[in-house]
Amino acid sequence: MEFVGSECRRYKNCTEGEEFMSDEKILLAHGSGGKLSHDLVKQIFLPQFSNPFLDPLDDSARITNQQGWVAFTTDSYVVNPIFFPGGDIGKLAVCGTVNDLSMIGAAPAYLSLSLIIEEGFPVEDLKRIISSIHQTAEQAGVSIVTGDTKVVEHGAADQLFINTAGIGWIRPGVSLSGKNAKPGDYILLSGSLGDHEMAVLSQREEFRFQGELKSDCAPLNGMVGKMLDACSSIRCMRDPTRGGIATTLNEIASTSNVGMMIEEEKIPVRESVKGICELLGLDPLYLANEGKLIAICPSKEAERLLEVMKTHPLGRDAEVIGRVTGENPRRVILHTLIGGHRILDMLTGGQYPRIC
Amino acid sequence: MKFIDEFRDKEIAEGLIQRIRNNSSRPIQLMEVCGTHTVSIFRYGIRGLLPDHIRLLSGPGCPVCVTPNEDIDLAIALSRQKDVIIATFGDMMKVPGSTSSLQKEKAEGRDIRIIYSSLEALKIAKENPGRRVVFLAIGFETTSPTIAVAILRAKNENLHNLFFLNSQKRVPPALLALLQTKRIKIDGLILPGHVSTIIGTIPYQFIAREFGRPAVITGFEPLDILQGIWMLVKQIEENRATIEVQYRRVVHEEGNPIALSKIGEVFEKDESRWRGLGLIPDTGYRFKESYKEMDVRNFEVDVEPSREHPECVCGEVLQGIKTPLECRLFKRVCHPENPIGPCMVSIEGTCHTYFKFS
Repeated sequence: MEFVGSECRRYKNCTEGEEFMSDEKILLAHGSGGKLSHDLVKQIFLPQFSNPFLDPLDDSARITNQQGWVAFTTDSYVVNPIFFPGGDIGKLAVCGTVNDLSMIGAAPAYLSLSLIIEEGFPVEDLKRIISSIHQTAEQAGVSIVTGDTKVVEHGAADQLFINTAGIGWIRPGVSLSGKNAKPGDYILLSGSLGDHEMAVLSQREEFRFQGELKSDCAPLNGMVGKMLDACSSIRCMRDPTRGGIATTLNEIASTSNVGMMIEEEKIPVRESVKGICELLGLDPLYLANEGKLIAICPSKEAERLLEVMKTHPLGRDAEVIGRVTGENPRRVILHTLIGGHRILDMLTGGQYPRIC
Repeated sequence: MKFIDEFRDKEIAEGLIQRIRNNSSRPIQLMEVCGTHTVSIFRYGIRGLLPDHIRLLSGPGCPVCVTPNEDIDLAIALSRQKDVIIATFGDMMKVPGSTSSLQKEKAEGRDIRIIYSSLEALKIAKENPGRRVVFLAIGFETTSPTIAVAILRAKNENLHNLFFLNSQKRVPPALLALLQTKRIKIDGLILPGHVSTIIGTIPYQFIAREFGRPAVITGFEPLDILQGIWMLVKQIEENRATIEVQYRRVVHEEGNPIALSKIGEVFEKDESRWRGLGLIPDTGYRFKESYKEMDVRNFEVDVEPSREHPECVCGEVLQGIKTPLECRLFKRVCHPENPIGPCMVSIEGTCHTYFKFS
């Protein structure tokens, strides 16, 4: 069912459907394109997302053309469990796409939202997630301008899967890319590692850890805007999601054909995350983050950039964690806490549950 | 005390390294028996901090790696039986058997579930009374008490659908076999901290008494390992050979009597087959008579004849005879995404550690 679609238009002027009851479940018919689909759109989606691009409910959203480069990205979200400390699958679906746009220096503008819902999914939970999507989109300053909903048989999906795609306007003159890192550049990290993956793991039945674990899930475009204002010579930005910072740094080292030297003692990791890592034999450098970024910039700009990051709430714990080197191209070397060295490789062969 | 940062202090580490450098006068080879030590040594770059003449060898201390192919094949054959649910620790999923792996079988639709504690197997059995649940009981003495407790509880609760594929291993008699083969010069042993938490120090006395080798039971943090190495160097330089404990904050001479009594209630010593080392007396456990009905080896099941990749040298890697770098398959054919031997699968496997950190 497209909720910016003909079905909706057809029902636009008809009487409102029955109110959803608090204990109601999503039925296959909610995805049939008929009356129930319409009720879902009218009562749950539209009140939250209403905006001039979405409200006409045509088959596609019309968005204004901008001069210059447009950034376009998409991502699907299948995290389990769908609610976790610090966020939920909806918040994640907005942040993930907003952050992907931000990392190439684009100002996120419009998002699409597609839901695949398992039959029997509680309407209350759907409302919570839609409201969370709305809040996060507001926070990030993006509009949901088009969308789609499908309902599949019980067992054909696990509760709820979300896909978002996003469009953003790239700042004139900005060209961030993983291929731009140069020997001598500094590597900055915006905050502590592993918070998201640990928050999700902590909720899984087999662990049920108690503590202060909270996902770092957040839209980074605000901080990125400030960073670009202050330092137009940033070479590259990445958000270290799945595979963690180790994988992200290796990707950049590889595309830029440079080496990297990272100081383990500079890398912020929360005590609670550190403790569970020890318990489970995990390495924080390989854990997923959803509200952190790595920035690479010329050494002379690093101090100013760090200052700008530190004044933003999402970059309070930012640190310069290392530098780009001419030696050991395509390799990331970690200077360990006790003074040793080791190669920091990409994540390989991990068996990870669904974390995003 | 947070029990993490205190054991990663740079200044203390530098002091220990200096002491090792100043006092070690001759070339020595030390074996770290346990896979967790191997990981820690690589993770903190400890090899590069030691003088060149101190060589660290990785030993047979990864339970997944020493599990023989025939046990993996048995697990795979069992998973193909319609009424069977396999409950296993995650590391076992990717281990290649003779022609398949549990991961491939899961993709074929077999009911294989990853668990994190032996007691979860008990829960699965209770929730599925109409099916047979088989727990892959893999591990050293650290894991055995939890397996014993699961068995005792199952018996207590009259649970008749929980079974165990018992492939547990005992460390000290394996070290005996390793020292007896004399295929490799070992000047001192870094003994596993957590196995020793259970069994104490007495089962290792033969290492010093019969072989004249020093050994130190060591913790897993970088400072633990450096101190363990320092204690070994000191013994060697002073021509002493005793079993010392570095990991005093958890290891006591008598071990953990409660855990040992649980093991003793359910199991008795038996020979066991190790990958690369073959059948070694006393290195395994068999069920005591009153628990035999839970042994999966009573099942009628056809298991394919076991075979291993002819070029895989996991067996020699496990004994410290070869390093992964001497294997023709290493990194070329065998890597974590396509493991040929078990040492590339387990996060504590020597090949996996070499792949990841060097």
